[in-house]
Amino acid sequence: MVKLTTTNTEPKAHSHGLGQIPVSKLDTHGSHDVNDFPVPNGREEEWRFTPMRRLKGLQDWKGETDGTDETVVDAPEGVTVEQVGRDDERLGTAGLPVDRVIAQAYSAFEQATVVTVPRSLVADKAITIDRKALGGTAFEQLVIDVQPMAEATVIITNTGTGVRAGNLDVHVGEGAKLDLVSLQDWDDDAVEVSQHNARVAKDASFKSVIVTLGGDLVRLSPRVSYTGRGGNAELYGLYFAGDKQHHEHRSLIDHNLSYTRSRVDYKGALNGSGAHTVWIGDVIIGEGTEGTDSYEHNRNLQLSDDTRVDSVPNLEIFTGEVQGAGHASASGRLDDVHLFYLRSRGIPEEEARRLIIRGYFLDIVNRIDDEELRERVMEKVERKLAAHE
Amino acid sequence: MTKFEIRGLRADVLIGEDERREILKGVDLTVNSGETHAIMGPNGSGKSTLAYAIAGHPRYEITEGEVLLDGESVLDMEVDERARAGMFLAMQYPVEVPGVSMSNFLRSSVTSMRGEAPKLRQFSKELQGAMKNLAIDSSFAARGVNEGFSGGEKKRHEILQLELLKPKVAILDETDSGLDVDALKIVSEGINRAQNENDLGVMLITHYTRILNYVKPDFVHVFAEGRIAESGGSELAQVLESEGYERFVKAGA
Repeated sequence: MVKLTTTNTEPKAHSHGLGQIPVSKLDTHGSHDVNDFPVPNGREEEWRFTPMRRLKGLQDWKGETDGTDETVVDAPEGVTVEQVGRDDERLGTAGLPVDRVIAQAYSAFEQATVVTVPRSLVADKAITIDRKALGGTAFEQLVIDVQPMAEATVIITNTGTGVRAGNLDVHVGEGAKLDLVSLQDWDDDAVEVSQHNARVAKDASFKSVIVTLGGDLVRLSPRVSYTGRGGNAELYGLYFAGDKQHHEHRSLIDHNLSYTRSRVDYKGALNGSGAHTVWIGDVIIGEGTEGTDSYEHNRNLQLSDDTRVDSVPNLEIFTGEVQGAGHASASGRLDDVHLFYLRSRGIPEEEARRLIIRGYFLDIVNRIDDEELRERVMEKVERKLAAHE
Repeated sequence: MTKFEIRGLRADVLIGEDERREILKGVDLTVNSGETHAIMGPNGSGKSTLAYAIAGHPRYEITEGEVLLDGESVLDMEVDERARAGMFLAMQYPVEVPGVSMSNFLRSSVTSMRGEAPKLRQFSKELQGAMKNLAIDSSFAARGVNEGFSGGEKKRHEILQLELLKPKVAILDETDSGLDVDALKIVSEGINRAQNENDLGVMLITHYTRILNYVKPDFVHVFAEGRIAESGGSELAQVLESEGYERFVKAGA
């Protein structure tokens, strides 16, 4: 088995002879084997925000993997897309599953998809993966390997319904660049639990934009670690939870190497009774590193009563030689003075709210290069806004 | 011919959940179209409260009195209805609305005011012309509403809106504050243009007589302790300029 933990996350001997302790509290367990994780009951730190009853049994899966998808992959010339079996050695090499559901997915998937952007190829258009889930339960494994000096954009759109869990492994090779967009535009009853594992090499650049609008329960854990200095990771997120929707995003940036950079910026809105969003932003600045630069930011807009926001930034620093490290989190209601200003110019309330919400999400949406997709996201945001006016 | 009447207006500023303070203590004023009324007074006398309360700002609450625009009760209207009825407030501290571009905002606003969307090309020409008149660089159209604007830039944009929206009556709250002489002239010309073109009634709130050299008042009112303490013609401004507000502050204390 490939060694996946970093110096920050693997257990090491305690200096006082008390045995093995993890260096960081944030990230201690990882395994491909579902049996290494006890069945969670919802009181565990990593599950305490998740409504366990709505996981449709994923936490202790005993059912059939009967789900089917209709997936259309469109890749520009030079990019290869393969279907491979469990034994393919490229699988599971970007990060270990860190909870039981993700390990379950890894233990049970039958086929995996590997997308390879070969060395030095600059893809002239986006690689698109349109996945429509047609019900049932399925576990999946997707690998995106952007080899050294290559550049690519990958746009994943998820629609339809079903129960889905899986891993997305991302390798961004030396000097390579990947823009990844993942849109969760599920039907209202879908459940998704996924982990994104990115390994960012020397001087490589990884940008992820996660947009979560649909689903009954969506829990996404984007995780980044570095394999060389000069690696840069930017994680952006936009989520909008409506009636009874649960949107949970748990990012972890492991600055295990010196001179690595990260930015995390997630913005959410909630509109509708029982809407619940969770943002956990973990950053580890590793022991012995220097010159790391990180910042994370989360904002939430509560547009109606009876919504719940959990926003938890965690920053653990094990060195004094940091270039920058900070976080900010703010949650609140729509600013009534903004509304007043627009309305005092004759703009009706509904329209004023629409303008303000568009403006609120604009900086995140503008991280998506594809104009059509930007408009699709904004339209959906407006529909969710209008649902409770 | 428009008549804008403020009658016996009392209003509170809402400070906290259960805390409020009465600021306006019975204001009476009538502004007819084409007239310019300067409202002058010391800091803290309630001039800005008068402006915000009439416009329907959420931090203020009117407790008594009425405001009529051609006999219609403004206070019974929503904030945006007040604007569409023909009332405009140029704010002392225009609000920054991040991410909403000035051009989008202005188009939405003009569309609401005129009841139909202006033709894109026509509107863009109109906007460019109006911006040029106020010496506003065209790049501002793409920026967020008041986002990162200097004090003077914000004031110019308030007058830009005044010219585009063509209200019947405008309350200008310290539009002159923070402007240098050149900007003051440009902004004053904008106010005069709006008045000439639309027979605008103007309530000009200010501390200083400086702007009155460019925007000639027909009436001057001294505002003190939450009400109009004295009214007169433009000569009253000169008296205030030399004597200050001391007399009124003491009288009310």
